[in-house]
Amino acid sequence: MSRQIFAYIEHHNGVADDSALEMINAGKMIDPEANVIALVFGSGEDLNSVCQTVAKTYPEVWKVDNSEIAYPNAEIIRGLLVNILPQDALCLIPHDTLGMDLAPGLSVKLDAACITDVIEFQGVDGNDLKAIRQEHSGQAHAYMSCDISNGAIITVRPGNFQPDESQSEKGQIVDKSSEAGQVEAKRKFLQIVEAEVGEVDITKEDILVSIGRGIEDEENIEIADELAEAMGGVVSCSRPVVDAKWLEKSRQVGTSGKTVKPKVYMAMGISGSFQHMGGVKGNPFIVAVNKNPKAPIFQVADVGVVEDLLEFAPTMTDKVKESK
Amino acid sequence: MDILVCVKRVPDPAENEIEINKDGSDILREDVVYSVNEWDNYAVEEAIQLKDNHGGTVTVVTVGDEEDEEILRREMAMGADHGILISDESIEGSDGTGIARVLKSEVEKGSYDLVFCGAQSDTAAAQVGGLLAAMLDWPYASLVNEIQVSDEKTLKVGREIEGGNQEMNEISMPCVLSIQTGINEPRYVGIRGIRKVANVDIPVHGLSELAVDVDSVGYNGAKVKRLNYFVPEMGEGAEILEGSSEEVAEKLIELLKSKGGIK
Repeated sequence: MSRQIFAYIEHHNGVADDSALEMINAGKMIDPEANVIALVFGSGEDLNSVCQTVAKTYPEVWKVDNSEIAYPNAEIIRGLLVNILPQDALCLIPHDTLGMDLAPGLSVKLDAACITDVIEFQGVDGNDLKAIRQEHSGQAHAYMSCDISNGAIITVRPGNFQPDESQSEKGQIVDKSSEAGQVEAKRKFLQIVEAEVGEVDITKEDILVSIGRGIEDEENIEIADELAEAMGGVVSCSRPVVDAKWLEKSRQVGTSGKTVKPKVYMAMGISGSFQHMGGVKGNPFIVAVNKNPKAPIFQVADVGVVEDLLEFAPTMTDKVKESK
Repeated sequence: MDILVCVKRVPDPAENEIEINKDGSDILREDVVYSVNEWDNYAVEEAIQLKDNHGGTVTVVTVGDEEDEEILRREMAMGADHGILISDESIEGSDGTGIARVLKSEVEKGSYDLVFCGAQSDTAAAQVGGLLAAMLDWPYASLVNEIQVSDEKTLKVGREIEGGNQEMNEISMPCVLSIQTGINEPRYVGIRGIRKVANVDIPVHGLSELAVDVDSVGYNGAKVKRLNYFVPEMGEGAEILEGSSEEVAEKLIELLKSKGGIK
């Protein structure tokens, strides 16, 4: 019998997350012969519609309908998963805000290994799963060995595995709701507070001059403003600039900020974490300015400048003005 | 409210170019500038603010060796009341689960209402808080960016989720929270503050003081092991522009004009 691998499918408002298409290929990367089973948890019509969609990609879909998780609650989902997953299950979960909430605790309850934010698998040898992950802000890659003899809960980096877009499967939907049962939780979901809309809408701009930790001081933001103005764009930023309260949250690009689709993205003093780059869509022309030649941003940029942005940006501003 | 904050000393990501040693067994540690993990620093600040507003104590704990004591003193200079260093050779090489087992035992020695961890650290695994909570059978919330005290038993916590939205939850205490950066503005710690706590006694707990099975921690107890670091074969990556700043700027302007990058 081929190996079972489970893939937890996230969805919002009746639409499966992009990671749904990626995790089947992540599973096949662990074991090309694996039977990758989709786990779709939720409630009502939204859940049914996600199951229908996911069955076009996965040969088998396990559906759990529970009104307590109309909005996902990791503590409840964990209990339901424990009730239906076989001993020594391999379970893939996207490494995002739900995955981080869910995966570690699930591994404890199943007494399984926990390995997170995997970017590549290199197959299984007996009970030894080989995987690759990154440390030190993406500056160091590591080969990992994971003992899966009692199963493993594995979070995989969204956007990192090839999506399976064939939509050719006619998967079987298995209702596991009663087997999953009911679960009590000590944490209750209250509501979503939507992000505030700022004065400048960076999602609609063609030219973004984006600044990160390398800006070093609030006073230096002026330097970026001047360059953005000269170029005819606006200033956006990465997380540390918002954490320091130097710019509004509405200026933040990334999975926990805005998703932008500019024509040109000028990343200055930004290391280029996957959470940041996850917010840059539409294949823009990316320019990286960073004094650290090892910064991961240089791997995704089209053009790189290895300089301190505080020195380079003013020169660039002058030259742009001259060129007009 | 008695709060335990788990902290870690890490290479400061803002100060270091990380390089790997020859055999890939570690990063090059010479000349590395260390600091307290950024997420943990926000966690300590949040704990101190809760103590200031609601009373109680803040204890900081780290798992490491004598070199790691400096970050405990730094966080005590911020306002944490106590520090605990957990140190034992048998813990070396632990995976996240091993570290969480050790911390669980430390938590059970005290009587804490709340345990904070940073949302992630230098390994970017973002797991110890969730592992610890499940081992304790306490509720957990990750990526917390707001905490309000409802009553003696309940908190309202905001989690940072995708798109910059915030997910509000009610959670009962005791609980474990992993703290996201940006939740507050950590206070500045000066040399004078660190001097004040230079002689405060920091107890060292080894496995003999903690009810932890030696076989369940360390490299041999780990289900997840890092075999070695490596330098990946990269794609072409960016075309690096060479020359003086002026020359580079001029080249870049030509490129940008062709891409619609200058209006």
